[in-house]
Amino acid sequence: MNSKSIRNLFTAPMLVSFLVFGTMPFWIDAIGLYQYLGLEVMIWVIFALAVNLLLGYTGLPSFGHGAFLGIGAYAFGLTQFNIAANLWVSLFGAVAATAVLGGLVAAFISHRRGIYFALMTIACAQIFFFIASKWTDVTGGEDGLLNIQRLPLDLGLAEISIKSNFNLYYLCFAAYVIIVVGMWRLVNSPFGKIITAIKQNDSRVAFLGYNVWLYKWIIFTLSCAISGLAGALFAMAQEGAYINIMSLQWSGIVILIVLIGGGFISFWGPVLGVIFYFLARDILGAYTEAWLLWFGLIFMLMVMFKPEGLAGIWQDAQLMFGRRKEAPQACPEPNHAGGD
Amino acid sequence: MALFEARHLHKRFADQVVLEDITLSFEENQISGIMGPNGAGKTTCFNVLTGRYRPDRGTVFFDGKDITGLPPRKIARHGIARSFQMMNLFDEYTALENIVLALPEVSARGFSMTHNLAHDVDAQDRGAAVLARIGLGGREHTPASDLSYGQRRALEIGIALAAEPRMLFLDEPTSGLGTDATATLATLIQEIRKSVTIVIIEHDMKFLFDLADRIAVIHWGQVIAQGTPETLRENEWVRTSNLGALA
Repeated sequence: MNSKSIRNLFTAPMLVSFLVFGTMPFWIDAIGLYQYLGLEVMIWVIFALAVNLLLGYTGLPSFGHGAFLGIGAYAFGLTQFNIAANLWVSLFGAVAATAVLGGLVAAFISHRRGIYFALMTIACAQIFFFIASKWTDVTGGEDGLLNIQRLPLDLGLAEISIKSNFNLYYLCFAAYVIIVVGMWRLVNSPFGKIITAIKQNDSRVAFLGYNVWLYKWIIFTLSCAISGLAGALFAMAQEGAYINIMSLQWSGIVILIVLIGGGFISFWGPVLGVIFYFLARDILGAYTEAWLLWFGLIFMLMVMFKPEGLAGIWQDAQLMFGRRKEAPQACPEPNHAGGD
Repeated sequence: MALFEARHLHKRFADQVVLEDITLSFEENQISGIMGPNGAGKTTCFNVLTGRYRPDRGTVFFDGKDITGLPPRKIARHGIARSFQMMNLFDEYTALENIVLALPEVSARGFSMTHNLAHDVDAQDRGAAVLARIGLGGREHTPASDLSYGQRRALEIGIALAAEPRMLFLDEPTSGLGTDATATLATLIQEIRKSVTIVIIEHDMKFLFDLADRIAVIHWGQVIAQGTPETLRENEWVRTSNLGALA
């Protein structure tokens, strides 16, 4: 791989995010926060990016994606308990199980769009939720799947323990780096351009000769597989898999996060949204138990006045800053002699 | 044998018969026109021919192959492209991105998840050449939503052209265009006819009679006349209707 293709692989915002997240465990305590929060942020960023592949890039509103986060968590635990207590095998089990179930769901719903698609994702998520709650022998029902281990990271030559939040964070960060680079590649590839074209005008895409159903199926399955990976990491973080993350509430929250962040206009929207959500939870939550009420109000204000979300505010600020920098060149210096 | 043939097509929506025993044929490298009053069934006919609607009865052949009832994507893969009466662009994309997506080499590797389209110089150059051909040179990086009405119409045709079709269906391409833009479009169609067989639905009778080699008149979902523009001018129905007066 030559230096140009390496340069094409990374972008400046990507490198900034790697720098910020890559150093986070070293400064998060100093700003009054804690290591586990960083871990949560990292996992939810992966999950939100997966959701945004559907919502922001393909225009497919999945209101039941929390189910796939949960399936990933359960599958990680079940693989670990029943197949092999190996990190790689368990991670593969989580991703494969979520991809298979996601692919199955996608086969039924990929011919739909808009509100019908959204309703079918809710229906499917409810099916998975009730299976998880009633199949107690396997899932532990309401109690969840307890004692999921943070299995050691086997690198062949060395084995690294990820029992500490610090070490587990860096496993999540490695997953984040791979997913961000891969996803950036994907959204700028022909495949990525076609899914975004499907969001804009799916009938025109079909008349160009593309199989819209198949593209929707693939992107839904891929999004589920990445959600499953996030679920597996979440199971390790929580040392258990619990049914609450499969509820519609959590599926709604991740949509809220993506929209507040500005997933519709920016690749980085979900990242901003997750940071905003967890900071709001911890900072507003320190003052009031009703912090979600205030968060909801912020969401309403955002929808009313800046539907492009935090990414939109950032873009506006960049434009404004850019104009200020250009202004002296564009306009002659004011004549201060006359006074302002 | 004609390049494209539709035989005895019928289409109804609920209890309303929209197309009744439509038989049409379009010869290779000719411009064929379809005319008729509003509500005659012209656009429905286009939609049946290009796969949006499946006919209730009848058959459609392209280059000797039966394409009856195939979905739009499969018909497109046979080398048939179309433009739309209501503009169907990718508004979030630039003019160039709209064109690039339709290029055969891009659609051939549509499932590639690693190739960066923005760095594909060949695709960008070919897209820019299509834009130049339709008079949108220099507008490569303008978002489709920011183009003027006439430019959007041209882009609509450009997307269809970029697919390098053997056959191009144009649904009311002059709709909403001024005199100059219509003249430019007529020049473009004259230029592309060398390589593409074209079928046009059109309300602007002068435009259609000047361009078309053959015209079919559809009324009440039936073909009531067809022939060259000269013979149609003599047709009693065309002469007594407003459509004939405009021609």
